[in-house]
Amino acid sequence: MLKTFPLGGIHPPEFKLTSGSPIKQLPLPQTVAIMVSQHIGAPASLLVNKGDSVKTGQLIASINGFVSSNIHSSVSGNISKIDTIIDTTGYRQTAVFIDVAGDEWVDTIDRSSELVRDINLKPEEITEKCRESGIVGLGGATFPSHVKLTVPTGKKCNLLIINGVECEPYLTSDHRLMLEKGEEILVGISILMKALGVEQAMIGIENNKSDAIAHLTRLSSDYKGITVYPLAVKYPQGAEKQLIKALINREVPSGRLPLDVGAVVHNVGTAYAVYEAVQKNKPLFERVVTITGKSVTNPGNYLVRTGTAVRHLIEAAGGMPDDTGKIVNGGPMMGKALNNTEVPVVKGTSGIILFPSDESIRPELKPCIRCAKCISACALNLEPYLLANLSARGLFERAEIEKITDCMECGSCSYTCPANRPLLDYIRLGKSTVIKMARQRNIK
Amino acid sequence: MSNPLNISPSPHIHGKESTEKLMYGVVLALMPALFASIYFFGTGAIIVTATSVISCISFEYLIQRFILRKPLSINDGSAIVTGLLLALNLPSNIPVPVIIIGSLVAIGVAKMTFGGLGNNPFNPALAGRVFMLISFPVQMTSWPVPSGFKTGYIDAVTGATPLSIIKEGIKNGESLSQLMEKVPSTANMIFGNMGGSIGEVSALALIIGMIYMLYQKIITWHIPVSIIGSIAVFTALLWLINPESNADPMFHILAGGVLLGAIFMATDYVTSPMSPVAMLIYGCGIGILTVIIRVWGAYPEGVSFAILIMNAFVPLMNTYIKPKRFGEEVKNG
Ligand code: SF4
Ligand code: SF4
Repeated sequence: MLKTFPLGGIHPPEFKLTSGSPIKQLPLPQTVAIMVSQHIGAPASLLVNKGDSVKTGQLIASINGFVSSNIHSSVSGNISKIDTIIDTTGYRQTAVFIDVAGDEWVDTIDRSSELVRDINLKPEEITEKCRESGIVGLGGATFPSHVKLTVPTGKKCNLLIINGVECEPYLTSDHRLMLEKGEEILVGISILMKALGVEQAMIGIENNKSDAIAHLTRLSSDYKGITVYPLAVKYPQGAEKQLIKALINREVPSGRLPLDVGAVVHNVGTAYAVYEAVQKNKPLFERVVTITGKSVTNPGNYLVRTGTAVRHLIEAAGGMPDDTGKIVNGGPMMGKALNNTEVPVVKGTSGIILFPSDESIRPELKPCIRCAKCISACALNLEPYLLANLSARGLFERAEIEKITDCMECGSCSYTCPANRPLLDYIRLGKSTVIKMARQRNIK
Repeated sequence: MSNPLNISPSPHIHGKESTEKLMYGVVLALMPALFASIYFFGTGAIIVTATSVISCISFEYLIQRFILRKPLSINDGSAIVTGLLLALNLPSNIPVPVIIIGSLVAIGVAKMTFGGLGNNPFNPALAGRVFMLISFPVQMTSWPVPSGFKTGYIDAVTGATPLSIIKEGIKNGESLSQLMEKVPSTANMIFGNMGGSIGEVSALALIIGMIYMLYQKIITWHIPVSIIGSIAVFTALLWLINPESNADPMFHILAGGVLLGAIFMATDYVTSPMSPVAMLIYGCGIGILTVIIRVWGAYPEGVSFAILIMNAFVPLMNTYIKPKRFGEEVKNG
């Protein structure tokens, strides 16, 4: 039996159309718009002005507090303006607009492709390097990595878990990275292990990526303490708590962090970014993005500079299909729909999916038949029908008692509901209201 | 860009499950029982089933269209399920007008007055049946003996059900071993060659339906297993204490409506609890009440009453019996 998490979960069709497409470099656009907030936490503070010229990899906005991140230029050229741009959440955010001229990198970056295995930095220096290089979690959450590498006093970390699950349908960027940059990822993991002072790292990969499992298993024999674990395919296994449960059978208590069971989880993409930062001195300004969809002519995986408009990716994939009805940034289960293609790629962009119009429209709403399928689908054993009901009726105190804030918004309940109830829409509303209520209570 | 872009929130994909698929899945699972009933009761079974299904659909349509003036939902399949279940709970010679009245109570009173599918506290088919049982006790308890297509409709030869043979016999002071001679053999009870409601007689057909529904994940095992299990345990105890006045567990499970009730009636989504633990409690409650009614109550059969009584506790169970949340118990090993 392959390992997996026991409670709930779903098996959406995979549609990993691009798992066989090697990563290609996306040609540089003429302009980029680099947002100062590409991470969880405070937006970075601008260091540049209109008219300045910058190099690829140059720091253009600096970390603003502990939970924040540096932002580097992804191109060389001149800053044409500092303005706002609508991001994936629909809000206007400050961005640095750069007219691209050539591609001149900061000269401290080692651009050779030679593998550097020896780790010379001390643990604190590694954490500092990640902070400097603007490394954030690349699985989608974009939580600043140096924060996760700083184990608070009193807590002990004894295991590093590497998330190579990529459980969202369609997305293949992590899969390709594991196949093409296996050694680099393993060195990155060793670096993370050194920073955390742990002897053991587990890489969890779902069994639908058997080539990546085989590849990393073979390579990992050269790396001390790193083991690859194949996992049964089940969504949402990429969620930290579910992955920990699957690998070491421990439940992270509600409202707590993986560190409470002695583990820290990083994504494979992050491990690669850490390798580049520590061994190659390269800050985080580009990442692998999957561009895909059933009607897309040339779906593929591209190495994209941050700030590149989504439009360029779509063009590289053969243009927007005529039947496109929805553009999703991220996976189909948790991604966000976009209403325009000028939205820039950010550090957390894992994929862009173009859905044909017949798949973009939600199926007809019916009354709840109390079939309990939403409960069986929920990996946290919440009662989605009840949470949605309580939120819809404004009974937020009860929703709080029913643990609405535990919901990780994985969408399994809405996906499963035979009556097509928009469960997660209501739960989100309730969850944000309950969080707001709790905050106000704390102020008082 | 030719089409406007949809920007609805995640998830952006939906599974293949739908209310219709589930309802028609139940209909399909009922087909073996329906065929068995036609095989044993002939035209009677066809007339009863057709009347019940057609009246349930018609009442749902008429009430939604002309009284509630709401959007129609008759093609969700739930009215067909109610109609089928009601029919399968009736004797094969019941007069047509009585069926129509029963359907009206099932759909009109038990389902629509509470707001339609999803809101009814009591299983509509059972509410209809119990109403008929109380209002037309004679018609509802004259059971034609199975004789295939030779059976006439109203003038069918009637006999007693295995349960009423035992109940009456014990009341008249006969010993159980004498009575067991009079009831059908276990093999006949498994295949369905005995008196009873048209859908309850064939254990085999009902179990095939159950396996199909479990396989298709239409139902989970919790409710049928807890009902059948609790009846087995309870009647085994009584039987071991006094084998001369209590029938054995096998007899109790095969005779009467236990299987039909446990597999198809008690598992009705709307009127059964939501969390697995609550399902087990609900199932055991039904099992125990059934035995109490059969052994000590006025009626020979108690499944319908037992289910309806437990239906009433479902809202309470849903409020107080919660699934164990992930990460609730801190397991620090
Ligand atoms: S899955 Fe949908 S229909 Fe079933 S109980 Fe949950 S909300 Fe109701
Ligand atoms: S979205 Fe929330 S309630 Fe729904 S299945 Fe996921 S965790 Fe459970």
